[in-house]
Parts: sequence; C-alpha cells; structure tokens
Amino acid sequence: MDQLLTLLGYEFVQNAIAAGAVIAIVSGVVSRFVVARNMAFAVHALSELGFTGAAGFILLRLSPVFGLLAGSAITAVFIGTLGVRARGRDVVVGVVMAFGLGLGVLFITLYKGYANQAFAILFGTITGVSRGDVLLLVGIGVFTLAALAAVYRPLTFATVDPEVAEARGVPVGALAVVFLLIMASAVAEAIQVVGVLLILTLLITPGAAAERLTPRPGAAIIWSVAIALFCVLGGILLSLVTNAPVSVFVTSLSFACYLVARFVAGPRRRELRAVRAGAGDEGRPAAIAAR
Amino acid sequence: MTDPAVRFERVTLDYGTRRIWSDLSLDIAPGAFVAILGPNGSGKTSLLRAILGLVAPSSGRIAVLGHPPRRGDPGIGYVPQHSSFDAELPFRGRDLVQLGVDGHRWGIGLPNASVRAQVDRALASVDAAHYADAPIGRLSGGEQQRLRIAQALVGDPALLLCDEPLANLDLRYQQTITDLVAAWRQRTGGTVLFVTHDVNPVLRLVDKVLFVVNGRWDAGTPDEVLTSERMSALYRSHVDVVRVHGRILVVGESTEAGFNLDEPHHVPVAVEHETPR
Repeated sequence: MDQLLTLLGYEFVQNAIAAGAVIAIVSGVVSRFVVARNMAFAVHALSELGFTGAAGFILLRLSPVFGLLAGSAITAVFIGTLGVRARGRDVVVGVVMAFGLGLGVLFITLYKGYANQAFAILFGTITGVSRGDVLLLVGIGVFTLAALAAVYRPLTFATVDPEVAEARGVPVGALAVVFLLIMASAVAEAIQVVGVLLILTLLITPGAAAERLTPRPGAAIIWSVAIALFCVLGGILLSLVTNAPVSVFVTSLSFACYLVARFVAGPRRRELRAVRAGAGDEGRPAAIAAR
Repeated sequence: MTDPAVRFERVTLDYGTRRIWSDLSLDIAPGAFVAILGPNGSGKTSLLRAILGLVAPSSGRIAVLGHPPRRGDPGIGYVPQHSSFDAELPFRGRDLVQLGVDGHRWGIGLPNASVRAQVDRALASVDAAHYADAPIGRLSGGEQQRLRIAQALVGDPALLLCDEPLANLDLRYQQTITDLVAAWRQRTGGTVLFVTHDVNPVLRLVDKVLFVVNGRWDAGTPDEVLTSERMSALYRSHVDVVRVHGRILVVGESTEAGFNLDEPHHVPVAVEHETPR
C-alpha cells in the first residue's frame, strides 16, 4: 500500500492514470455501440491499420499518435464508403485490412531505427506517456465523446431500428460513416493502453459485459464505462506494482468482468420472468411466436 | 371534396433497370383503409418507400398529405416488415416507442416528463404497458408488433403505413393487431395503407384494394377487384377467385411448372396458418 502511494506521487504515474481514465470513458461508451452494431471485425481492422499509420508516421519521424489516428480514420472512410450495407461489410473490411497491414510490414522493414516504438504500439505503452501526450489524448477523447453525444439519438435509432429510422429521415448511411470515424479515434485512444493486438478487450468486452447487467440503454453505457475504468485503472496499478505489462492485467480484468456479468445475469432473467408473469397470456417463448 | 391523403398521378417506378410498376394513378381518401396486395417482389414495399420519400418515381407525381413526399414526414407512421431484435440488446419496448417521439433528433435527449407521458399513453393504447420495461429481444413476435404499432402512432400521424404487419403472427395476434389499427382509425380518422399477402384478416375494414402483379395494377373495392375476371386479366392467366366461409381465396390453375400464380402462399391461406412450426 505504501509502495502504491509512493508510486502515485510520480508524474509518469499521474499521467498514465489521467490518460487511462479518459481512454476508459471513451472506450466504455463507444464499445456499447460497437457491440450493438456488431462491428468487432471493423474495430480490429481500424486497429491494425492504425498500426500501419503509426509505422508510416514513425518512418517519416512524425508523431505515432497522429499516425494511429490517420491510419484508422482513412480505413474508416474506406470501409464506410465501400461497405455500408451490413452484409458486404465484413468482406470489405477483410479486403482493406489485408492490404493495409501489408503496407505496415513494409514501413517497419524500411524503418532503420529501433523497433521499440512499433512494439509499444502493438502491445501498449500507457506508463510511458508524457504530459503533452495526456493533453493530446484528453483532447481526442473530449472530441470523440462530443461527436458521439451529438449523434446519440439518431445513431441509436439507426442501430436498433434502421428501417423506421430511415423512414423518419435519419441519415442512416451517413451515420454509419460518422460512427466509423468515432470508432477510429476511440481505437487510436485505446491502443495507447492495450496496443493494437488487444484492442477488443476495451472496445468489445466492456460493452458486451454491460448488456448482461441491465435492459436499459443508458444504464448499459454507464456500466460499460464503469467496467472499462475498473479494467484500465486496475491494470495500470497492478502493472506498476508487479512490473508486468499493463495489457496483461487489462485483458484479464475485462475477461473477469465479462464472466461475472454473465454469472450475475441470472437475477436479471428472474426479474424479467417476474415482469412476464404479469403479462398473463403472453407467457410464450419469443421463438415460437416469431417465425 | 377534400384533398386525398395520398395521390398517385401516372406514377412509374424503376428499381435499377427493372420496372416495378408503371402508370399508377390512384387517389386514397382521408380515413380510407387500403389493402395493398400482390405476390412477393411486386413492389408493394417500394410503393410505401415512394410515399416515405425514400425512392423517387421515374415519372409521374405523388402527393402525400397535400405535398410531395419528403423524408421524415411527421405526418406518417411506419410499421416496417418484420425484423427481430438481438436477445441481449439492452433496449426496452419503452425505448423503442420513444424513438418514435425523438429518435430522429440530434443530441442525447435528457429525461423529459412530457415525452415520458406521451410514451406511456402510446404503450397503454396498445395494451403493452405491462411488458414495456422488459428487454425487447425477449418478447414474442406479437408483443413486439404491438410495440411497433405504438411506435408508429406515438407521433400522432395522419397516415399509417404498415408493411406485412401480420406476417409471422398467429391468428389470435393477427386479430389483435388488426383491431388496434382499426381502433386507431376509428378514433382519429387517420388513413391506413396496409401491405399484406392475405386480405382476409382485414377484409371487414378494407375500403379499397390495390393489387399489383408484374408491373400491372388494379384498384377498387374488394368486390370489384377480387373477381375471377379482373384477377385473370391482371395475372394474364386463368385465375379463380372463390369465396368460402366469408374468406376470399385467389387460386391459380396448376400447370406443368406448378401453379400459374408463382406465389401460392397467398392462395391456400386457411392451410398456411395451420402449418406447425
């Protein structure tokens, strides 16, 4: 405990915690939409091509954070314009991802310096962020959350009920592209903590765990943020104490959260049965009536 | 003489290079209940999409509630074709209905007592209040469909468009949904366009049918249009329209390739609902 308090006095620890908190909030909110829109594969593509962007920027001696953003944003635009329809989307994602990752390999090969930066991007480096990085990450985070807040209701409409949303004048196709761009900046943020390869632990797991805990959309977002904060801050502190990489703990904690959420989902189901018991003649399982 | 709720003036609609229907002229009076019939792929959904302003006709003019079709027209309520919800989706019936109130607006939307009251009234009007807080993906098809009706009506539209709202429902729920739509029309004097492959569940309500087959169409009262002569002319093959126990069956003759009506599902209606699932 004393050791922890001593650590919390260090500026690099404070930086990591501040950046981690912002990143967790962004990841928690965005992951609810990633899960609801079934976009795990697209997240992975944005992440891996963020790596390509970062590798390219490192080669040009530019900031890898901007490289991440550029790589995933360009990918977002490609996926958004080539494959808005859900059915063709995964195919387009796969095609774009394969090519983009090939470019990443080329950039790494051309780069003659140390490969440390590339390794950091693949597995995360949150304990290495400077005060300037923190401000940059806070800025990107605030911008991402503001954009998501601005489109929250129509994006929810387009996600849950696209036919009626379109009929009500919601620009469903444009929102798909806007959400990909929001995802791109959330990916660039989350990579700072867990790296490219483990991105789904922050952009899928919190949202997937949260939907087991409540039937209310707003409450699901709050749960998702709470879980992401617990995983990221817990991961940073455990990493400081043990010297093992942050991503090891974040992935373990988030997996544990998911298992617990599924385990405690029992009470929610019982509550639902109680609600349905009041329905009297409606007690039939959904699968029988909905054919 | 009031303006029609929907007017088609020599409207032709193409989908890509395929002509869906041509030269459709039809006036739908305010308060009318119109059944839109025809085999799958005959452009019934496209007709609703044209009224919603989501597709533009290749030629001709459409007027909806006195103006050209426009996206997001608040005067229209829309019940889409059956689509299911993920069982784990954290979303309640109440949330679905609320989308009908403010889902198209930008921003987060803070809790609002008047919106909540509006949603509660809509839920009560379809008798869905008691399951409005359950996850929507775990409700039965009939329960979900009642919520869809509430969502379509919560904004107090003048025109209700329903796309196969009775598909996937058992007979009892077909009756429930039909009654809800009928009650709404009675209460508000609203207009209903009801796409269906089977006219029988709504036959007692229907003022007019629009029957679309392979780009051709015919319209009039059920007694005018649903006759062997008019249906044979529309299908361009021998078709019998028979009335049994107050039900209307449109029956094609069998040919070597099967029935001459390529959609036998709207023929032996009485049998279809007994198919075990």
